[in-house]
Amino acid sequence: MSAKLEALCQNLNECLGDRLQSLKVAFGEVTIEVDAAEYLSVMQTLRDAPELAFEELIDLCGVDYSTYANVPRSGPRFAAVSHLLSISKNWRVRVRCFAPDDDFPSLPSVTSVWNCVNWFEREAFDLIGIVFPGHDDLRRILTDYGFIGHPFRKDFPVSGYVEMRYDPEQQRVIYQPVTIEPREVTPRIVREATYGDVDHA
Amino acid sequence: MPELRNFTLNFGPQHPAAHGVLRMVLELDGEVVMRADPHIGLLHRATEKLAESKTWIQSVPYMDRLDYMSMMCNEHAYCMAIERLLQIEVPIRAQYIRVMFDEITRILNHLLWIGCHGLDVGAMTMVLYAFREREDLVDAYEAVSGARMHAAYYRPGGVYRDLPDRMSQYKESKWKSAAQIKPFNDARSGSLLDFLDDFSSRFPKLLDEYETLLTDNRIWKQRLVDVGIVSPERALQRGFTGPMLRGSGIAWDLRKKQPYEVYDRVDFDIPIGKTGDSYDRYLVRMEEMRQANRILKQCIDWLRLNPGPVMSDNHKVAPPNREAMKSNMEELIHHFKLCTEGMHVPEGEVYAGVEHPKGEFGIYVISDGANKPYRLKIRAPGYVHLSAMDEMARGHMLADVVTIIGSQDVVFGEIDR
Repeated sequence: MSAKLEALCQNLNECLGDRLQSLKVAFGEVTIEVDAAEYLSVMQTLRDAPELAFEELIDLCGVDYSTYANVPRSGPRFAAVSHLLSISKNWRVRVRCFAPDDDFPSLPSVTSVWNCVNWFEREAFDLIGIVFPGHDDLRRILTDYGFIGHPFRKDFPVSGYVEMRYDPEQQRVIYQPVTIEPREVTPRIVREATYGDVDHA
Repeated sequence: MPELRNFTLNFGPQHPAAHGVLRMVLELDGEVVMRADPHIGLLHRATEKLAESKTWIQSVPYMDRLDYMSMMCNEHAYCMAIERLLQIEVPIRAQYIRVMFDEITRILNHLLWIGCHGLDVGAMTMVLYAFREREDLVDAYEAVSGARMHAAYYRPGGVYRDLPDRMSQYKESKWKSAAQIKPFNDARSGSLLDFLDDFSSRFPKLLDEYETLLTDNRIWKQRLVDVGIVSPERALQRGFTGPMLRGSGIAWDLRKKQPYEVYDRVDFDIPIGKTGDSYDRYLVRMEEMRQANRILKQCIDWLRLNPGPVMSDNHKVAPPNREAMKSNMEELIHHFKLCTEGMHVPEGEVYAGVEHPKGEFGIYVISDGANKPYRLKIRAPGYVHLSAMDEMARGHMLADVVTIIGSQDVVFGEIDR
């Protein structure tokens, strides 16, 4: 681990203290996990603490962990993962926060901390279905007007449920149930770690 | 007294200045924009969802179709993310080729941007000049990959193949005589590197031509200066990256600050703006083209002197060559496994960002050890920039909205994904 990453880890530990659920370093990147109750205050600290100085939020996305590694999942299903960047310190951190309730995933909005998160939270709501209380304009963004469901959830089929076509009799565009069957050319396979008797590196 | 109401106007999705399929609902008071609400998603193809059901390698061509104006830079971020998870080393020659094509892509993107931006704002000639130069660069794309746009040239582990020794040439036809095509073919008589060398020596002069047309042009300045000003503090708050951030005066460039591939071995400067208006962003992008040309030249010189492999020799990732595959059992197995099941990427998550012509383009991928990504998130710079539209357009005239869209350099392939 480089000196820079060590300094970052140390500063994160000092500034966040107990609010840090876990801190992991892998592939030269730092990932921290926080509890939903402390999510907003942690984000505020990450931006404002001069030792951390994450002025920019690069990305926020929702993740559905329900079929991870093809095994049934015990922990919470949905998480919001943000990537922060500090221009002045030139380092990055990844923040993961699991939404406590699987049936109604909800996490506080961080639009007051970084304004640019507005559309990212709309996207996470639209595609994954995480609700962000405190967001003043939580509309769907990428899917169609009047779309039903959250397409990036793992139980949503790739081909969707409805398709659109022009109906010459009614002389307008109509929605109808999809007529294509989902098909998978290459199955999804998770091999055991020792497969092929070589490690991947 | 009659009731006074703001006027709501639909801008796009078929408006030529909307740069694709942007539908913007503008609330106007007279001709002044009170609120701009971009409606996006008309080009949404769920690339990230599709990638979850495709093997790692099958998603490379999807990357081209994100920002379809800077194809190879998108592939670059995707391949880099996979390489980091696999922890494989890319051969040095492949790294130089990638840097060279990243810069070619940057010039391609900025040329299209200056052409369309000019067209939007009223400088009709620019698009003709810009496309003349783009032609040479898409020919370079074609020479290495066979495709003029959607190249799929970068692969995890390196690049698809080495640079070709000869360029395709124009042929005599009913419409063009041998004498007419000769000047076109002069630069194409040597290898791809000779062709690019010729281009890079011509290009600074051509850039001067563009600048003569625009930089001190009175109309151009009237349309651009002081339109869409973003202060450095707001630029950070709005998550700007790339030329948008540099236009606001923050010297931030991933190629310098977090260098990837061989960007730490080439020499170039980062231009920054002063006021953060559309004119500054124009100047920054123009200078970026000059710097890109400088890098291009350095890469050409290095590539001429240093032959070598362009693909990793780890055949769990990169396919073995044809001859080895036909004569060696183990290589045949590798080939078969790669072509049927695809590579397996170890469990983990990684974020790889590159300095894309439009800003920071990032790929966040979570792998659970399968032959397909578990979750892929594409961080598109245009998405963030467009989300600042409301803030940038508020209080400006309707015609300035066109300038602001142009100076944001948005492409809907990446915004809608």
